[in-house]
Amino acid sequence: MQNKTFRNLFMLPYALWIIIFVIAPILLVVYFSFFDINGNFSLTNYKNFFTATYLQMTLNSFWYAFLITVISLLIAYPTAYILTRTKHKQLWLLLIIVPSWINLLLKAYAFIGIFGTHGAANRFLEWAGIGSRQLLFTDFSFVFVAVYIFIPFMILPIFNALDKLNPSLLYAASDLGASKWTTFRRVIFPLTLDGVKSGCQVVFIPALSLFMLTRLIAGNRVITLGTAIEQQFLVTQNWGMGATIAVFLIIIMVGFMALTSIRRRGV
Amino acid sequence: MKALNRSFLIILVVSVVLLIVINRLNAAQGFSGDNTLTVYNWGDYIDPDVIQQFEEETGITVIYETFDSNEAMMTKIEQGGTTYDIAVPSEYTIEKMKEEDLLFELDHDKIPNLQYIDDRFLNLPFDENNRYSTPYFWGTVGIIFNPELLPEGMEITGWHDLWDPRLENQILLVDGAREIIGMGLNTLGYSLNDTNPEHLYETLDQLEKLTPNIRAIVGDENKMLMVNNEAAVAVGWSGDAADIMWENEAMDYVVPEVGSNLWFDNFVIPKTAKNIEGAHEFINFMLDPEISAQNTEYVSYSTPNKEALKYMPEEMVNDERFYPDAALTDKLEVYENLGKENLAFYNELFLQFKMYRK
Repeated sequence: MQNKTFRNLFMLPYALWIIIFVIAPILLVVYFSFFDINGNFSLTNYKNFFTATYLQMTLNSFWYAFLITVISLLIAYPTAYILTRTKHKQLWLLLIIVPSWINLLLKAYAFIGIFGTHGAANRFLEWAGIGSRQLLFTDFSFVFVAVYIFIPFMILPIFNALDKLNPSLLYAASDLGASKWTTFRRVIFPLTLDGVKSGCQVVFIPALSLFMLTRLIAGNRVITLGTAIEQQFLVTQNWGMGATIAVFLIIIMVGFMALTSIRRRGV
Repeated sequence: MKALNRSFLIILVVSVVLLIVINRLNAAQGFSGDNTLTVYNWGDYIDPDVIQQFEEETGITVIYETFDSNEAMMTKIEQGGTTYDIAVPSEYTIEKMKEEDLLFELDHDKIPNLQYIDDRFLNLPFDENNRYSTPYFWGTVGIIFNPELLPEGMEITGWHDLWDPRLENQILLVDGAREIIGMGLNTLGYSLNDTNPEHLYETLDQLEKLTPNIRAIVGDENKMLMVNNEAAVAVGWSGDAADIMWENEAMDYVVPEVGSNLWFDNFVIPKTAKNIEGAHEFINFMLDPEISAQNTEYVSYSTPNKEALKYMPEEMVNDERFYPDAALTDKLEVYENLGKENLAFYNELFLQFKMYRK
């Protein structure tokens, strides 16, 4: 009896936390989305969202987030695989995670220098005989920096999944005559799919609402929904429209979560 | 369970102890009571040495916080929960803040140094008789360029030059809807306060034609990018130009004669103020000619303080690019408060312009 009271007491902070910082903000966002710029209740914002500008922007955000996720995955999976085979895997893993301790803004500023006309990347290109070219403020640099930032978050879950893989399954596969490729396709990949899914979630969802990098690295040549939300809240002070865009972002994210959700199969 | 209870208790005790320590520390540093003054200013917009002098002279501790847009500043003051004693909005924001009743009236008897301000900058339409504000700095929007990076024989004198195809991929724009839309309106010969939708759509068309020449639309980074020779031309504020020229003397700055923006940043005392007496002291201190001269040399925007000019290096005061004569400033326009809906429309167009790709 006493135990139960205590348990509820200890639950209280978490419940409060969830209500104040998760549920209430989402409700507020939805609530604000129904007010136009003059504070009148209306659906104008939703109507405005379905115009060419915002639909194009949604498509842009989607496309870039997709690119970032796919490229991260293509680099992260082999990396994670190799990591599990190395001798000091915890050390290697640490080395991959360390860069994510550094502030995002700081890294973005560093890339402005590296990708600049007279930066290190262009000096290398010149040295390699390719000749310098514009790197900063291009789609390439935007995707590159975003992938660089997100990649540790993709490697971690995949690494954990690969690490947990029972090696006897691989021996069994090879005993039964499966080639390396077949083993990967039929045994390793399906068994690490959960790691891939959670990796994709932690990359795709923040990538969808990136906004600082769009200005610093892409020079506002890439406009995503995140940029629009920032502008609506801080400059236009049209909170309703900002909230409406946020509602659509939440819907897209929920959809993506559902799509990649990890279903527990019966053991 | 017991261990859990004990740790719960320990955390509680530690929190209370920390709370007491913080309170003590704040009190020791003078962060409580009426001995502090919270100043809310643009980033990098005051000489830190001047603040120190003020603290030594008056015994008031200054808490200094910064913002990066008028809108962000106003939002924070509007929402309350802050105790800003001084804020530094631009003219159109003062109009808005007056409308929303966010400002205290100034007591001119407590600001005798107001006499040193040039008459040109007093009693302006956004605040008649300076009831709520005193000028801090003023400046213009114009074109910053690096003559060494311009194509052979090219000169930049006005907005039209930006559309020159030889400048392909060479222009940095400042990330501000009013600045860029205003530039487009001025190029077409309209007022930068124009709200006629036809004119604005025409401006959008005109701006979209500029897209091939635009390298990036950035914020404060434009200073660093220009200094690094990342682009030949930038559209920005006069103070940024001064900073860039400080780093690289070859740079030049021009205010287009067809029209551009003339702006004023001003001290106000927002309704969130707790130390109104101290706020007046601060404003008066900042308007002192010698202090103002020192501060201007540091910040490098243009000072409205005519006495301060006497204490400043001559080449700074005589530089027509930063102290244009009345003949030019008369052609420039001050932003008016266009109201929320027009501002939203400006921003919508600016967003469309940014989305446009050749």
